[in-house]
Amino acid sequence: MNERATSQGTLTYREAVRAAIREALQRDPHTFLMGEDVGRYGGCYAVSKGLLDEFGPERIRDTPLSESGFVGAGIGAAMGGMRPIVEVMTCNFSLLCLDQIMNNAATIRHMSGGQFSVPLVIRMATGAGRQLAAQHSHSLEGWYAHIPGIRIVAPATLEDARGMLSTALEDPDPVLIFENVMLYNMSGSMDATAGAVDIDRAAVRRSGRDVSVITYGGSLWKSLEAAAALAKSGIDVEVIDLRTLRPLDDATIMQSVRKTKRAVIVDEGWRSGSISAEITTRIVEQAFWSLDAPIARVCTEEVPIPYPKHLEDAALPSPQKIEAAVHQVLGR
Amino acid sequence: MPSLGSDMEKGTLVEWMKKPGDTVRNGDVVAVIETEKGAIEIEAFESGIFERALVELGQTVPVGTAIAIIDGARAAPAPEPVRPAPAPPPPARVAVVAPAPPRPTAEIKASPAARKLAEERGIDLATIKGSGPEGSIVYVDVENAVAKGAIAVEKREPPKKKPAGPDLAAMQTIIAAATARSKREIPHYYLTHEVDITDALTWLAKTNAKRTPDRRLLPAAVLLKALAAALRKHPEFNGFYEKNAFHASERIHVGVAIAIRGGGLVAPAIHDTDKLPLDEVMDRLRDLVARVRVGRFRSSEIADPTITLTSLGERGVDAVVPVIYPPQVAIVGTGTPRKRPWIVAGKVKARDVITISLAGDHRVGNGHRGALFLAEWATLMQQPELL
Repeated sequence: MNERATSQGTLTYREAVRAAIREALQRDPHTFLMGEDVGRYGGCYAVSKGLLDEFGPERIRDTPLSESGFVGAGIGAAMGGMRPIVEVMTCNFSLLCLDQIMNNAATIRHMSGGQFSVPLVIRMATGAGRQLAAQHSHSLEGWYAHIPGIRIVAPATLEDARGMLSTALEDPDPVLIFENVMLYNMSGSMDATAGAVDIDRAAVRRSGRDVSVITYGGSLWKSLEAAAALAKSGIDVEVIDLRTLRPLDDATIMQSVRKTKRAVIVDEGWRSGSISAEITTRIVEQAFWSLDAPIARVCTEEVPIPYPKHLEDAALPSPQKIEAAVHQVLGR
Repeated sequence: MPSLGSDMEKGTLVEWMKKPGDTVRNGDVVAVIETEKGAIEIEAFESGIFERALVELGQTVPVGTAIAIIDGARAAPAPEPVRPAPAPPPPARVAVVAPAPPRPTAEIKASPAARKLAEERGIDLATIKGSGPEGSIVYVDVENAVAKGAIAVEKREPPKKKPAGPDLAAMQTIIAAATARSKREIPHYYLTHEVDITDALTWLAKTNAKRTPDRRLLPAAVLLKALAAALRKHPEFNGFYEKNAFHASERIHVGVAIAIRGGGLVAPAIHDTDKLPLDEVMDRLRDLVARVRVGRFRSSEIADPTITLTSLGERGVDAVVPVIYPPQVAIVGTGTPRKRPWIVAGKVKARDVITISLAGDHRVGNGHRGALFLAEWATLMQQPELL
């Protein structure tokens, strides 16, 4: 792992996250990792494999199966001057600690009149596609993006998986990092000098002039695949990776939509009340006179995510659905 | 869209008074338009059948735009069967070439971006075929139309429910332009004259005593009628100065300056003032004042005055030195009639005296001619029974 972190080469998203955690632990003695199975088991998604041996049980802490308990402990540690990284195995279980996140982490700065801040980072896996059925396939980042007082980021690339944690740990307020489960095995090359990245701005991952596909997380790669296919039929798609869901980078979204005049939003959340609905509204509010077609959305079907592979695939956004939506807004 | 004065550039259609199939006679009111001067009734200048409208309600179009087609070939029957039937008019269509009537904008499916570009470039969306989703007009369609030079239309405004009153701010702009032009271009000369109108007022009192209030004559009617009669003898004060020459008008249409509450001022014409009996002049004056107060007068009334009378005496002042309304060449004014010591047959008597005035265009006439005209008017106004 050390070799991979110091020279250019192939690595996975999982390894990029691990490198980020290791660097954070090395840099700041106040940083520690805490969560279910993060130590001896090496993490449910094997992100923290090897870290217990390297950093010891004081800094790689296995916790009981009590999200409310250990997230609350993380909040207290952060208020006490530590820089904890709390791993909630998946966002599906984060509902058990929603009270800690929403009522404590997000509000303590306000409730204490600025006397306390909560410099806490919570990592959680999100998304469907691994046949884990309805209770283990949620995409709740859009829900969390509803809450003022916390920042929501969704690294989709190796660089962001590697670089967002460091910046998040410097934030004096809570940051939630949503890692899409389908990305952990994604591999690619990354520059050896890759390091901290901003967590404020959306990124144009592919430049185009006909339509803006606005997405984030796991759906970014489906969108890029659709864009590549559409390019063959002469349709020039711009792909925006939101990266940060709260606060949204309106400027980058509007700049793109004003250029292409059309928008397709791809969101693995359910359509109703989703982050895609929020983005749609903002485009209408801020770029209405630039629109050349109704805004289209590709979201997850509003059903509990099915277990059978073919039904799960049918429920989720796919490159084919994105292509169809692009054709729809272009009228061709 | 007729021009109702040299200062008018455009008008907004607010009401159709005729519908397709209606018979239209020369002089009928066919529509109401709104201008800076207020709502004005447009009169037809041809007879025929109202075929169709070319301009939508609420649309603002430049002067000279065809607003409707009146089919002259299907001429209406002569209004008065007593008259010998005139030769049938040549089968001609009284209309200017105009684009096909546009579809109502509300039915057009166009994207916001397309609408914005169309508005900026003055493109009528009704003339564009859409290529976007569901056949909608999208940005590129308007771009292509711009490239092809599509028909530009004036920006539309939503139709108003009822004609609004005159736009006083716009009216003041026009008055400013007209009076500034007048004072810049017209070398005015001014004459005033005091007139004993005791006999006329006595005659009016006697006449009115036998009438109901709505039929009573006001001094203004006498002044108007006497003015028109004086102009018959002095045609060089009746007409227009245009293109460096005076053009006398055969007909006498005295414009009557009427103040509008709030600050506006208009001087619509009483047509053929000289040919109307005194009672008729009074009726027309009453009608005109009533309509001006609600901001509604006819196109010809605004465009036609050949001279103007301003009666500031109604406001209590002794005399007015008025400003000519170009391209007219004269304006006359009257002050308030007052009891004054006046010598009649060598004796001082209390008489009703009025100061009348004339502002004339020195490019057309001079003070000598003006004096003769003013004296003639003074003489005639003293003998209303002869008018």
